[in-house]
Amino acid sequence: MSSTSDPATGRPGGVRPPSFIYGIIGLLVAVLLLGTGAFVWLSGDGTASLVGGPFTLQDGNGKQVTDRDFRGKYMLVYFGYTFCPDVCPTTLNEVADAVDRLGPKADRLQPIFITVDPKRDTPSVVKQYAAAFSPRLIGLTGSPEQIAQVAKEYRVYYAEHRAGPGPGDYTMDHSSILYLMGPDGKFIAPIRADETGAEMAADLARFIS
Amino acid sequence: MRRVILAAVLLAIPVFGFAQQNNIRVENAWSRAAMAGRTGVVYLTITDTGVPDRLTGASSPVAASADLHESFTDHGVAKMRGVAALPVEPDKPVTLAPSGYHIMLTGLKRPLNQGDSFPVTLVFEKAGPVTTTVTVQKAGASMPMGHDAMGGMNMQGMPMQGGQRQ
Repeated sequence: MSSTSDPATGRPGGVRPPSFIYGIIGLLVAVLLLGTGAFVWLSGDGTASLVGGPFTLQDGNGKQVTDRDFRGKYMLVYFGYTFCPDVCPTTLNEVADAVDRLGPKADRLQPIFITVDPKRDTPSVVKQYAAAFSPRLIGLTGSPEQIAQVAKEYRVYYAEHRAGPGPGDYTMDHSSILYLMGPDGKFIAPIRADETGAEMAADLARFIS
Repeated sequence: MRRVILAAVLLAIPVFGFAQQNNIRVENAWSRAAMAGRTGVVYLTITDTGVPDRLTGASSPVAASADLHESFTDHGVAKMRGVAALPVEPDKPVTLAPSGYHIMLTGLKRPLNQGDSFPVTLVFEKAGPVTTTVTVQKAGASMPMGHDAMGGMNMQGMPMQGGQRQ
């Protein structure tokens, strides 16, 4: 068979691979999926391992931070973006209210805002944005790859939605949920993003020892 | 004579927080503190005492553009979409409030600080432009000033339907 390939795409030109190739690919995918499933199952602690994980991001001063910097504190993690005028500020305001209601327990909690729009949300922007809601709230950003990584670990979906022709004419669709992580960095519970500050504080107080 | 009356009516648009033109009344307009160059938001209540109309556009001198938007959650994913027009029916006030319909300000020409006020003009298909004054609350404020939980005002208003998503 001809081995010419399209230099632009690298794909074989004009010749379809024989059908058994698809069978082999299918088999490989099946083996891979089974293997991954078995690994997740064997690695033990059920759903707890399915949310969260190590991350490396930048804080509002452009300084590198990792998940390990927050060990010893509970983390309340929310993903959003600063161009969001409606939903994100509403949620972050309730978070700030919840933290105010927690009393001394608030000292054990670090609320964290992670942007899903790293193209527009620079460190200084996330810093200013987070500070507008609460002096306790930390804003984090990172490279597109770092954001993709942390979003994947936290099972957070995000995508650009084009609203016009300009490069900045887009909004972000994103999972709207808060995650409470323990002082060991492990997932404890999801917190609904549409709760009031009082409801959020009650939920948090149950988990924070 | 009719022209004189019309002119008098047009000139009688109040300056603060309340605007009425033809049969459209816009009130309780409020916003949230926001940074220059970024986005802002306007919430308000529209009351129609005349014939059915539609809100089709908005503008404000503080922003490069002002667009009618709707936020909603779809299977746990928060989304925001442009809305071409929002119908208003006689005697059924429509409240734009957090996590629903709002006017999104893009490209703020100056920061919006708590306590500031600025004008916004809504354009209605029949009633034409109606300008009102917007007061700025703190970042993430959930209701206009003077309508806190103690006051018992329900700013969620009635459920709104019929906006045409773009």
